[in-house]
Amino acid sequence: MNGGRWRDGWRELRRYPSALVGMVIIAALVGLSLYTVVAIPYPEALDKWRGGEPWRLHPVNAGPAWADRLSGGRQARTLIVGRGAEVEEAPFAGGRRLRMALAFDYDFDGFPSEINLFLRAEGHEQRPFARLLWQAPDGREISLGGHRIGREDRVSISQDRALERRLGGRVPHIGLLAEPDGEAMPRVQKGRHVLLLDAVVFDDRAGIDAELVLYGRVHGIAGTDHQRRDLRLALLWGTPVALAFGLLAAVGTTVTTLVIAAVGVWYRGWIDAVIQRLTEVNMILPVLPILVMVGTLYSTSIWLMLGVVVVLGIFSASIKMYRAMLLPIREAPYIEAAQAYGASNLRIVMRYMIPRILPVLIPTFVTLIPTFVFLEASLAVLGLGDPVLPTWGKVLNDAQSQSALYNGYYYWVVSPAVLLMLTGLGFAMLGFALDRVFNPRLRSL
Amino acid sequence: MSEPTLLRVADLALHYRTRRGVVRAVDGVGFDLRRNEALVVLGESGCGKSSLARALMRVLPRNVQHTGGRVMLGETEVTALPDERFRREVQWSRMALVMQASMNALNPVVRVGEQVAEPLRVLRGWSRRRALERAAEVFGLVGVSTDFLSRYPFELSGGMRQRAVLAMALVAEPELVILDEPTSALDVLTQAGIMNALKRIKREQGTSFILITHDVATSSELADRVALMYAGQFVEVADADAFFSRPAHPYSRMLMASVPRLRQRSRPEAIPGQPPNLFDPPSGCRFAARCPHRFARCAHDPEAIRLGERHRVRCWLHDESTRRGGA
Amino acid sequence: MAQAVFHREPAEAPLLAVHDLHTWFELRQWGFLRVGAVHAVDGVSFTLARGEAVAFVGESGCGKSSLARTLLGLHRPTRGEVRFDGGSLGDLDAGGLKAYRARVGYVQQDPYGALPPFLDVGRILAEPLIIHGVKARAERERRIRAVLEEVRLSPAEEYLTKFPHMLSGGQQQRVVIARALILAPALLIADEPVSMLDASVRIEILDLLRGIQASRGLTLAFITHDLSTVRHFAERIFVMYAGRVVESAAVDALLDHPQHPYTQALLAAIADPDAANATRQREVPGGEPPSLIHPPAGCRFHPRCPHAMAGLCDHDEPPDFEPRRRHLSACWLHR
Repeated sequence: MNGGRWRDGWRELRRYPSALVGMVIIAALVGLSLYTVVAIPYPEALDKWRGGEPWRLHPVNAGPAWADRLSGGRQARTLIVGRGAEVEEAPFAGGRRLRMALAFDYDFDGFPSEINLFLRAEGHEQRPFARLLWQAPDGREISLGGHRIGREDRVSISQDRALERRLGGRVPHIGLLAEPDGEAMPRVQKGRHVLLLDAVVFDDRAGIDAELVLYGRVHGIAGTDHQRRDLRLALLWGTPVALAFGLLAAVGTTVTTLVIAAVGVWYRGWIDAVIQRLTEVNMILPVLPILVMVGTLYSTSIWLMLGVVVVLGIFSASIKMYRAMLLPIREAPYIEAAQAYGASNLRIVMRYMIPRILPVLIPTFVTLIPTFVFLEASLAVLGLGDPVLPTWGKVLNDAQSQSALYNGYYYWVVSPAVLLMLTGLGFAMLGFALDRVFNPRLRSL
Repeated sequence: MSEPTLLRVADLALHYRTRRGVVRAVDGVGFDLRRNEALVVLGESGCGKSSLARALMRVLPRNVQHTGGRVMLGETEVTALPDERFRREVQWSRMALVMQASMNALNPVVRVGEQVAEPLRVLRGWSRRRALERAAEVFGLVGVSTDFLSRYPFELSGGMRQRAVLAMALVAEPELVILDEPTSALDVLTQAGIMNALKRIKREQGTSFILITHDVATSSELADRVALMYAGQFVEVADADAFFSRPAHPYSRMLMASVPRLRQRSRPEAIPGQPPNLFDPPSGCRFAARCPHRFARCAHDPEAIRLGERHRVRCWLHDESTRRGGA
Repeated sequence: MAQAVFHREPAEAPLLAVHDLHTWFELRQWGFLRVGAVHAVDGVSFTLARGEAVAFVGESGCGKSSLARTLLGLHRPTRGEVRFDGGSLGDLDAGGLKAYRARVGYVQQDPYGALPPFLDVGRILAEPLIIHGVKARAERERRIRAVLEEVRLSPAEEYLTKFPHMLSGGQQQRVVIARALILAPALLIADEPVSMLDASVRIEILDLLRGIQASRGLTLAFITHDLSTVRHFAERIFVMYAGRVVESAAVDALLDHPQHPYTQALLAAIADPDAANATRQREVPGGEPPSLIHPPAGCRFHPRCPHAMAGLCDHDEPPDFEPRRRHLSACWLHR
């Protein structure tokens, strides 16, 4: 209904580089959100973020791969050996002997962070028995002992204290791959390592399956956390959650506040007085402690939090601001004219008063979005994040509880923080430019 | 009878930079003003008359793109003074400005008397007491009871506030007072009262005035001379009786015909058309588009043509060659 | 011509009859304690015939704008009655008031402020039609074009999509007038319709209003402070002072033979362009208009009146005298 002014506004907005940068950032965040919700559907994301089995092949607390590449090093990536390895069979009375060689070329400069062997045996009445032998490229053979294999079994080679002693006090994932020169700083023995699996099964048909995992020191674009979860998931899903929370909270509070302020200004008298008093009481209510209380006593669901934020935001201080903006408009001759030609109260409030200040509100609205994004993140950092949703704030909360910075897992803190800052920056840059375009007071002639 | 010349203005220009382009609000204005003379600058809104006051008093907004011209006040070349000296030596003490709607610009929390006395204390370093005594004197001059010295602005009616602002302009006994629409927001009776006060001050104090207004009737209340401004230029400058009885420029004549008169039955006539915008004023005569006497020569910018000793008009109709050719 | 309308036979019922109208604004402390009232309109009676153009003249604060707003139904009268076309304004319910508003047009002082800056001209003119249930788009379009032509904004297409700030002051006021006319009112109230416009545009707008009034047979009520424009644009004048009508008569009678001392003072204060003015002091009554919270007893002009008679003017309210035929003046001098 107001095409001309908006068109002019847009034309003018394009002249501000900060607006363009802000819009590019916002567009990127929106694009990322769309990609995320399509690529990783919501139920899948929730399921994965619960942790456990889906992540067994991921390293613990691995840094992002690009950081390693930047520093020029060749830290260990995760190696998974065993899928489809050849099996030698030798039957004997009452069973068979299965020999499997899990061979791999180790070419990284650093050691892996952990070594696990996953064994699976199917359809056995009696559990098979396996003996493990590690063959280093220089011909050394190190026995890793014997294991009875259950249906799903994990051999934590890194945790084997006896092996550690035999390797001269080096933890196995270093000792097994190091040059045996006994120097203080172990060096990687590059070349072909083989883990020989010599198993005895007491069954005709069934076989066993083995998977050797050498967990890397770096993983993917975002690294992993203490539960082996890929942080990429949380960083990706944090984007739509943050934008949705910020946008819904900003829309919810702005619209309700605006309408209430306009109603108060229009009707005056006791209605306005009640709104004013409610606002004054609400202004001294501490929002964060109330949210903490709700979160602690009731639920930390993000949608509940959104609701509480909006409800507390309805009678916020911005009512005073809108009121101050609307008061002179109430006295504008065009409002009186509208009354004189029979416009109803509702029409005057919605069609004549509110549209008048919308252009001035848009910048405020845009800059309001990131404050709610930050609020949501702050709640999550305080441990009041949504229990099931992966969000930026949750990542920060985990990082804090795991003393990430103390342990040198900078990426765990930096990447969500950078995304939060980018969000703030994008909206702020656009908001300030919009303010210059739409706010007549800031205009130079 | 001829008093010495107080103010000489030549080629005064003030251009603003706006987002739509450069506005030539004052575009080459020149005039002389004698001591104890009142010049009325008459013009419609947007003709540049307020900018003229701003340019003379250096009360300039930030978006000024160009100022030019020469202003001589007595023997002082005002335009050559640096800002600081202008403020110290000319503003208030020799030339004072009453801006449009300045009666609403009084400080609401300072007593009126103090505000009127303020220029003396700042410029001349007078004591509070001495300055207040002078303020009381000036209050008498503008017709405000001295009881009002200790009142706050909100306790005064619009007319009284306007008189107080006038007192502030007069307090340092300037030679020239510039009044920008001093009565346009006031009621008829209040207006007449203030014009009475101005006439008395001019007679008794020998002050010179430049009165800026859009109201032809008000202008005749004080004018010794009238300058009619149109689209940033003076189109006619004349003594008041010449202007009101024998206006020369077609615009002057049409303007006089458009004024509704209480005591005459002739019906006022509207001036068709609109003033040109000052972003891109037409070349040639700026009034040509609305002028019933337009002819070929109007495509060229008319010079100021002398009609009498102190009567100038910017219109080719009055050029010797035109008159000879037309006759 | 003006007189012809004024001397219309009184047999025809008037369009508007106002009797003893009071509009007071209560002053309250802390929102409920009544501490007084502003007597903005304080006992005004008059009738307006159909097709008549009248002017209410007075200084700011004389109650002329409050009177206009009361007639528009924007203020509720404290006392007294307004009868429009036979019906009483006080008896109207919400629907009736809405219908009444369609029959009374309103032109305001500040043309830019009177137009919502965020709507284009087409939409501004459509609003009253939408509110009054003209649903068919084509019908609305037709009426908008017709009214734009009527206020000489043609071709209409050129103005429909313009926003108010793109128009000159005179064009804006034409849009305001078009909006006031679009519901085909019987009464048009114009509150200082030209005081914010340039001198050269004023006459155009007044001519336009007068022309529309004549062609549509409207009743036109001008509210103005400017007596000099009244002669050509109204047939009757009501002079108001401190909430009362102090004098009323046909235009020429009132301007040429003012009866009330206030009217005389007002006329004496108005200058016609003349170089001799510069050397002439004008007669101006001392003092200022009285407080409307505590209006003076008796005649409200007596504290400023050069002819005030002690014991009478400061004690008894003067009734309307008729010193000349059809010329009313509320002053004891006519006793």
